[in-house]
Amino acid sequence: MKIFPLTLVPSGTRIDFMRLRHVWVAMFLLLFVGSFAVVGLKGFNFALDFTGGTAVNVRFDKPVGVDDVRERLENAGISNAQVQTFGSGNDLLIRVRGDETQVSVDGNTQLAQDVLAAASSEANPGRILSTESIGAQVSGDLRKNAIYAAIFVLVGFLLYISVRFEWKFAVVASVTTLFDVMVVAAMFSLTGREFDLTVMAGLLSVMGFSINDTIVVFDRVRENFRGVRAEPLEIFNRSINQTLSRTIITSLVFFLSVLALFLYGGGSLEGLALTQMMGAVVGTLSSIFIACPLLTYGVLRVTKQDLLPKAKDEAALSRRP
Amino acid sequence: MLEFPRWKYALILVVLVLAALYALPNAYQKNPSVQITPSTSEARIDEALKTRVEGLLTAAGVTSVGTEIDENHLLVRLHDSDAQTLASDTLRPELGENYSVALNLASTVPDWLSNMGARPMSLGLDLQGGVHFVMQVDQAAALQKRVEGYADGIRTVLRDARIGYSSVERRNDNSIGVVLTEGADVNAARTQISTSLASASGQAVGGSGPQITTEGNRITVRLSPGEISRIASDAVEQNRTVISNRINAIGVAEPVLQRQGEDRLVIQLPGLQDTAEAKRLIGATATLEFRAVTGDENQAAAAVASGNIPADSRIYYNDAGAPLLLSRRILVSGDQLINANPQTDAQTGTPAVGITLNSAGGKRMLDHTLQNVGQRLGIVYVERIPTVRMVDGEEVRSSRSVERVISSSTIRGVFGREFQTTGLSREESTDLASQLKAGALAAPMDFVEERVVGPSLGAENVERGLTAVLYAFFFTLIFFMFYYRMFGIVTCLALILNLLIVVAVMSLFGATMSLPGFAGLALSIGLSVDANVLINERIREELRAGMPPKAAIVTGYEKASDTIFDSNLTGIIAGVALYAFGTGPLQGFAVTLVIGITASMFTAIVVSRALVTLIYAPRKKLKSLAI
Repeated sequence: MKIFPLTLVPSGTRIDFMRLRHVWVAMFLLLFVGSFAVVGLKGFNFALDFTGGTAVNVRFDKPVGVDDVRERLENAGISNAQVQTFGSGNDLLIRVRGDETQVSVDGNTQLAQDVLAAASSEANPGRILSTESIGAQVSGDLRKNAIYAAIFVLVGFLLYISVRFEWKFAVVASVTTLFDVMVVAAMFSLTGREFDLTVMAGLLSVMGFSINDTIVVFDRVRENFRGVRAEPLEIFNRSINQTLSRTIITSLVFFLSVLALFLYGGGSLEGLALTQMMGAVVGTLSSIFIACPLLTYGVLRVTKQDLLPKAKDEAALSRRP
Repeated sequence: MLEFPRWKYALILVVLVLAALYALPNAYQKNPSVQITPSTSEARIDEALKTRVEGLLTAAGVTSVGTEIDENHLLVRLHDSDAQTLASDTLRPELGENYSVALNLASTVPDWLSNMGARPMSLGLDLQGGVHFVMQVDQAAALQKRVEGYADGIRTVLRDARIGYSSVERRNDNSIGVVLTEGADVNAARTQISTSLASASGQAVGGSGPQITTEGNRITVRLSPGEISRIASDAVEQNRTVISNRINAIGVAEPVLQRQGEDRLVIQLPGLQDTAEAKRLIGATATLEFRAVTGDENQAAAAVASGNIPADSRIYYNDAGAPLLLSRRILVSGDQLINANPQTDAQTGTPAVGITLNSAGGKRMLDHTLQNVGQRLGIVYVERIPTVRMVDGEEVRSSRSVERVISSSTIRGVFGREFQTTGLSREESTDLASQLKAGALAAPMDFVEERVVGPSLGAENVERGLTAVLYAFFFTLIFFMFYYRMFGIVTCLALILNLLIVVAVMSLFGATMSLPGFAGLALSIGLSVDANVLINERIREELRAGMPPKAAIVTGYEKASDTIFDSNLTGIIAGVALYAFGTGPLQGFAVTLVIGITASMFTAIVVSRALVTLIYAPRKKLKSLAI
């Protein structure tokens, strides 16, 4: 019976997600370790926020060649500059990285003028849209705070889910979230895109989105464990299938709204939007394929006893039809 | 079964009205304007000034939207930013030193709205252009100065208690080493030092005092880590006042001056573009020291020639390059200076500089002059100059200080807080007064971060941000209307209210909108969708399971609410972390995200349910739902 005219995901799916759970978990482990390796070995193309230095955003009258400008800067004696297009083809972002000993940023105005003078030519003059200059210590503090923030988020998740669910769920949800962030970070590292403050904000909100997705599935698992008599594997399968359409629709709409950010938000929001889009895809996949399978291994194996309604829930349970 | 309490409808209505009212001010465009504020006590804001300004503008060919007098300033509204620049360029030289002329964006929100406390969100620098600086106190210099002060205090108490010492010196690790003469009473000295420091270091206020260790006839004093960090913190607080005065002198409307962490100051000057000028005025990191003159030019020249400089003195040079011997001990430093202005000496009619010290400085000056009438007093001007050196092909930036004696006049009588220094030409006294005022920083500061955003880029960013949010919204609405039909329309209404609430709350709390803020807004739309999808999917599920429509709605909302609660609270945890550990733009992002999630919990669970009840409850025979 088709009572809903539009359905993206057919109703009453009975896909056996758990049958191949060893495969998913193996892929998960491989990707997880791989992501750490990529991030560890390749690192990030850190932006000014994290390295310190000076960045100048120059707009030219006509489109300019990156290599051309790089060469002109080289000739002018500004050797360690990075040049990249930013936003439209007429905008260039030119960065001169600071070194660790640089604390103060005095003299920056002069440097910006030097960069402008070297980059512009008579045929294609440029003008400065914005300049930024950050000392090494400020950026060092930022790196530290980024790590603190990530740890704070993970600990917060662990505590909250342990209280509302059960510690096994808390551990799996946090690990899955960490996995999502690491995979997105690794993709970022691989593409060599610039890692700045907004990307960091993006990664942290990927954590928010990813845990959100996982919790919706777990919530259904909890409900089914309490209300349905079945083997854990069957309950997991049923829960994933029941929440499948919600998971996919939410991710799709989320993806669309972030896509708007990517398409229309301009250069400085591209990094943020990109992390969100990757996060939406990875987070959705991990909540479907990885979160529940992880709950069947070793100490993390969830049994009905784990989720037997605690005393305070019994009243609620007895009200059920 | 499908019902909804009346009071909740009332609540929704109240929220709707309030949200609409407080979001409304954002719809009013701001006028570019020029704000004129009196900068001296003689200057007046009155009708005469208004007529004069209007006359000047008409003469320069600038047409204004209107001129109005507010409590303490005159506001000239203009049509566009070109007229604004022209107006300020015209008025600034004409009005002279007595008024400061600042560029501003004047609100056009009607009075009845602003009387209710409704105001538009303020725009971050990335959206309106301007300069952002972060300055950091040179902790080492602040510490060094304070330790010198302590060493000085120790010398005084030992002298007063008649305990012989051969040296009291600040060591490089900022501890103080005291060497007593043979046979001196070490324990008595220790007690004296500890009491003198207890009051000076504010031990009574709860901090742990300095650690004093003795070894033979040597005493070492070490500052506690708590005190070291407090010294930097004090210096930032003192400098904040000084910098705030300097910013007012530049004439910037709505500047931001905030402390960040222990030793930093954030300064934002909207509308300003000339960084070099701003830095020169704000960051004039000069300070001032008053020291006793211990030897005149001849003795100093002899000391330089022989290399035999008395232990308690140092060689300084004046403007002409002549050496002078001054005491190592700072009598009064620049942070104790309250005011300085050029005057004419009432008795002789010669130029002078009137100086006002704070009470601590005044007391020291009084004590010193009581004993030293006829002696000379030197004023040393210490300026910090940033330098860039090339080391191994890399730039190394540091700074060096230049110290020179700007005045060394004879003390002619006993004085305390207020005194004059004479013996200068008219020009010199004016210069000295301005140097004194500008140089009164408690401790030197460095610029550690600097961002300049052009006004055109700011306008572009606003446009991009708005476009992005509108499209994100548009995509979502279209999808919902088609996919969930009637329930989709309900969801869309809930989402619109959601957006309205976020804008209203942010405006109400005076949050600053920035580019990442727009991203936060788009994201919170994406996330609030989740709550609605959860509900709608749950209702579909219950219908599939064969539940009658009205029961399906009730069960759907109830079962989804728990899930929404759990999943959204974790999202808020992430937002709080971002706020706690982020700075500036990140915090803007976090604030929008958290407000967005909270509002979405309300709109999805309460508002959409109210609407659905309103639509379906009256139908007696409900066979199917448009979902």
